[in-house]
Amino acid sequence: MKSQLQGLADPSKFQGPISIDGISPEILKSMLNSMSIIRKTEQQLAKGRQEGLIGGPVHLGVGQEAIAVGISQLLQKTDRVFGAHRSHSHLLALNPDFYRLFAEVLGKASGFSKGMGGSMHLFDQANGFFGSTPIVAGTASLAVGAAMAANLQNLNNVGVAYIGDGAVEEGVVHESFNLAKIQNAPVLFAIENNLFSSHMHISLRQPNDKISRFAEANEIPYELVDGNDVVAVFSAAKKQISDMREGKGPRLLELITYRWYGHVDWREDVDVGVNRSTEDLENWKLRDPLKRLCDSMIKKGIWSKEEHDKLDKEIDDKIFKAWNKAIKDDYPHRSSTLKYVYSEQNQEDI
Amino acid sequence: MQTHKYSSAMLSAFEYLLEEYPEVFIIGQGLWSPWYVGDTMTDLDKKFGKERVIDTPVSESACTGAAVGASLAGMKPIVVHPRMDFMIYAMDPIVNQAAKWSHMFGGQAHPGVTIRSIINRGGEQGAQHSQALHAWFAHVPGLRVVMPSTVQDARDLLISSVLCKDPVIYIDDRWLYDLEDEIDDITELDLCDQKPNISVEGIDITIVGSSYASLIARQGAKKLLKDNISAEVIDVRVLNPLDIGPIINSVSKTGHLLVVDSGWKSCGFSSEIVSQVSENLPIGSLKKPPLRLALPDAPAPSSRMLEKDYYPDTDNVIMAVKQILG
Ligand SMILES: Cc1ncc(C[n+]2csc(CCOP(=O)(O)OP(=O)(O)O)c2C)c(N)n1
Ligand SMILES: [Mg+2]
Repeated sequence: MKSQLQGLADPSKFQGPISIDGISPEILKSMLNSMSIIRKTEQQLAKGRQEGLIGGPVHLGVGQEAIAVGISQLLQKTDRVFGAHRSHSHLLALNPDFYRLFAEVLGKASGFSKGMGGSMHLFDQANGFFGSTPIVAGTASLAVGAAMAANLQNLNNVGVAYIGDGAVEEGVVHESFNLAKIQNAPVLFAIENNLFSSHMHISLRQPNDKISRFAEANEIPYELVDGNDVVAVFSAAKKQISDMREGKGPRLLELITYRWYGHVDWREDVDVGVNRSTEDLENWKLRDPLKRLCDSMIKKGIWSKEEHDKLDKEIDDKIFKAWNKAIKDDYPHRSSTLKYVYSEQNQEDI
Repeated sequence: MQTHKYSSAMLSAFEYLLEEYPEVFIIGQGLWSPWYVGDTMTDLDKKFGKERVIDTPVSESACTGAAVGASLAGMKPIVVHPRMDFMIYAMDPIVNQAAKWSHMFGGQAHPGVTIRSIINRGGEQGAQHSQALHAWFAHVPGLRVVMPSTVQDARDLLISSVLCKDPVIYIDDRWLYDLEDEIDDITELDLCDQKPNISVEGIDITIVGSSYASLIARQGAKKLLKDNISAEVIDVRVLNPLDIGPIINSVSKTGHLLVVDSGWKSCGFSSEIVSQVSENLPIGSLKKPPLRLALPDAPAPSSRMLEKDYYPDTDNVIMAVKQILG
């Protein structure tokens, strides 16, 4: 397959610093902080899973943090964000409460979904996170509907659907593109194109690696962006989201990235993935969205190595404490299994 | 005789089918990966070629519909859904197309497609990765629904499903994969002749189950002998069309009925067994009200403590039997 991604699929390119001109230091620092939190949180989850403390599967997005962070800078608590199986970053970028994420992944009642969901079913509607679920493409149409609701409610809120390159192979995604367009729904299709769907490289699944070709087919304005350049993500999303808030209908943002871990859990899976080589992985690690931002800020003199070390240490300490607290938290009460099936929550404990 | 695990017995069925029948091909997600289907399909793509063992895009609906279409054009396709939950996207080609095809065209064409679907639960995977939806499919006229609970059936019913002219939903449960047994050499069985069988003989109570539920019923029956309770276990094997005869015969003898099922209770497969038994037995044949041991009417929780309570096990079977027998 000849890549149509303007060189972005070649990991030996785009490893250097990024352009941060025109972006305020506050925003840059906030994005750096957010990416660091997400990175370290997920690394802790990898460790917890490897040690057997986490019982269920965790789909980690280490290496992909810039996407959710760049987009979420522009979102409001009243927007409507939907995720999938790999959504820790989508949630943490809106609300960096890693303690509640740890608790959820450990199945504790103090978690984001009250311990009922685990890593694959996250919820924080108060911060705009309507939910993430692991049926591939399962929430794409829901995001369209939540955006249509914003129109009906005369609100200038937007919907966001995080969609993988694998997910676009489901028919419902194409129905959603078409419906969103014809309904002028303010929904952002954020395509995280990491070139893989579990073990399969995109070249084995699609004739063309450019997902935004489907935007062209549905006349949805789109941008194709380096998903490991948080400023590029932020700038593209800024324009698109403001268009959406002005009633201009859906937008699609294709973000090229790569996950450092395997499809699920802590392993790198260089041996079981089709077309996933150690060399590619090493190169992708050099296109590190976090390091690229940090280096660019240091180069410009608005950040220093010392400040960064301090930030790292602060986050590490907080994560250590939060993890140990979550570990000790209670599991949901036995009655929870039946209690939450329907809306009335006041049934007696059994 | 050969020793097999449930999973390797399935693998040997696939190998047999691919070797003997050039019109067999397999399509589904994860067929080139070691993760999706346990060790039930290891290296099939290497042995028989990636043209006949096809790993696919994430497109359950189109892949299933394509298999239905290929079956109409003379092939014997096997679709693999590594989880039953994912197959919900494929309901239209299964329920509206394949199940109805023969009937709506006056019996002139039959989609002989086999849809293998895996129940893959536990491990804190939660609501969308744990479902056992056999009752849905058994509800649909035109679909044959097969759920093997033994090593021998895992292989033989897979072969008969694929050779059957009708659409078959073949459902295996990953919790059965490590079962081991000595089994006969392969003989091709006509799926139309397959019916529920007695897997443990007994006189005090009839326990009916399929797939994993049948296994815990057998284990329960074994343990109950220590309490001098002799339970007869009927393994349903083919849920649709259901031959209730062997179950009626057994309940007539024992006068007590427990149905164990790995699906939900309300409108579940266990409901069908109880209703057919009560329709067919003379009043007074049942000495005690029948009981159903099935999942609580709630989605699968993910938290480990809740998950432990959620799935019935052998001890629950024993308790239920004792509750009935009082
Ligand atoms: C309907 C459905 N089919 C298959 C799966 C199994 N599955 C889980 S994640 C995944 C890959 C999805 O790839 P992509 O959308 O690119 O997301 P990524 O994992 O790369 O983040 C697959 C096939 C599923 N969860 N749901
Ligand atoms: Mg992907």
